[in-house]
Amino acid sequence: MSSLTNVFRNDEKALYSLRELYRTYGYTQYKMGKFEEYDLYSHNKNFLISENILTFTDTNGKLMALKPDVTLSIVKNISSDDTSTHKVYYNENVYRTSAESHGFKEIMQTGLECVGTIDKFAESEVITLAVKSLDSISNDYILDISHMGLLEGLLDAAGIENAERNSVLGFVKAKNITALKRILQSRGVEDSIENVLCEMTKSYLPLNTALQSIAAFINGEKMQAAYSELCGICEALEVYGLCEKVNFDFSVVNDFNYYAGVIFKGFINGIPDSVLSGGRYDRLLWKMGKKCGAIGFAVYLDRLERFGSENTEYDVDIMLEYGNESEKDVIKAVKEIVSSGMTVKAVRRADKSVRYRQLKKIVKGGIQILETND
Amino acid sequence: MINIALPKGRLGEKAYAMLEAAGYECNSIKEQNRKLIFENPEKGVRYFWVKPSDVVIYVERGAADIGIAGKDIILEYSPDIYELEDLGIGKCRMAVAAKKDFCDRRDRTLRVATKFPNIARSFYSKQSREIDIIKLNGSIEIAPILGLSDVIVDIVETGKTLYENDLEPKQDIVDISAILVANKVSYKFKNAEINAICEGIRKNITK
Repeated sequence: MSSLTNVFRNDEKALYSLRELYRTYGYTQYKMGKFEEYDLYSHNKNFLISENILTFTDTNGKLMALKPDVTLSIVKNISSDDTSTHKVYYNENVYRTSAESHGFKEIMQTGLECVGTIDKFAESEVITLAVKSLDSISNDYILDISHMGLLEGLLDAAGIENAERNSVLGFVKAKNITALKRILQSRGVEDSIENVLCEMTKSYLPLNTALQSIAAFINGEKMQAAYSELCGICEALEVYGLCEKVNFDFSVVNDFNYYAGVIFKGFINGIPDSVLSGGRYDRLLWKMGKKCGAIGFAVYLDRLERFGSENTEYDVDIMLEYGNESEKDVIKAVKEIVSSGMTVKAVRRADKSVRYRQLKKIVKGGIQILETND
Repeated sequence: MINIALPKGRLGEKAYAMLEAAGYECNSIKEQNRKLIFENPEKGVRYFWVKPSDVVIYVERGAADIGIAGKDIILEYSPDIYELEDLGIGKCRMAVAAKKDFCDRRDRTLRVATKFPNIARSFYSKQSREIDIIKLNGSIEIAPILGLSDVIVDIVETGKTLYENDLEPKQDIVDISAILVANKVSYKFKNAEINAICEGIRKNITK
């Protein structure tokens, strides 16, 4: 019998191993409908990756949306004074539009959310699971981590106004030191702060080394809190033995309005885009009038589709041609091949678009080999 | 192996010269032929020529690890990539230009001809200005002369083409130069190699 590894595509394999992983740590699956009321998204547009949402009116004339995001649907159902910790994972299709192609896509997404009272343990557990998620897909992975508090503390010290924070954020995100320097100088920011911002943006080091090298830059309450949080996470990862492929990257940033704490992105060698993205998004909950915290991440399974998929050389082991033989003879021949553990495609005429190991033909009194590709 | 996307044309040749000076030469690139890909396995680099506006696409999608792209292209397409180094070459500016006797009147919608609709849109939306964008692919200077548009948003280097066609730059939008860009994932998995290239180039940048 062929093992399941041959049957599943990469993204499907990942899906099942991730599900198993999250279940092991006590996360339960959260199922939801395909549609949400549009209002939920219109109030939190910046939280979404793509701004355009597919909408339609339901039979009552209410404006509905094909859900572009799962997190909002989970979070809105948490009651405002809930003090327990909810650990859930999901595996849903989301719908996103793409500006370039003017089309939309259905994307299979999995991920987990930890909502409610978040303590140090819960936070580092989520990050550990993010690392383990990447590890279950490929062992050539990297998780980049940063903390919004570091950047926010620096921008406070630099006296950069809210309106301008987004452009600074953009430069940090692009590691664009030239532009960063220019904007900081034009705002008369102190040299020492400018230097720290540029050095941190430039640096790309393993988390434990980075924490030592940025220690001297830490100044003020906000940065201190963020720094010690990162140190705690680093220690936790060391306990799990997962620190090796975790790097500190200041250019991992996200919207200040939603993200305030630790933030991370995961990469697999061979996939040109991040496959995992997450962070602490307490501010989204506060905006929704809830007094608890939340951390979570999503894994973009659609990006795994093309990853290392060239391992199956043949679509089918045997291509079996038959002519005017009786149905019984064909069944017998097929049965024989299948019971020997091989795959077979029986057709009247061989299909050249299918890659086969061997081409066989049923002839009177047996099976004749016409072609062998091995 | 680091894949490097170079923009076809003068800018690409200048950028290659900088890479060559930094020790990443690839002699086959100088042969006169129609090949598009050139490799120097010893130095671990592979160069290829692409249309200048496509460089960021190759880099963003990881077909190229790094590339040389004009700031105009980066602003127009806003790709999710790293902008590691301003090379200080290919310097010019994005500007609004119009006929010499053009008088801007705010009582009507401004017709703007450009190759860079996104840059034009964001420039005018900051001024809360309603505009009608006419996307052209070349010879933008003709548009105001023939009355197709009121102004153009285009790259201005010396302004010679403008003056020869009775146009003049009216307003600067942003300075442009060539940027060394990198794919975000390549930057992580090939960090040492990419940093070495940046280091090598940095020495030759004239600010």
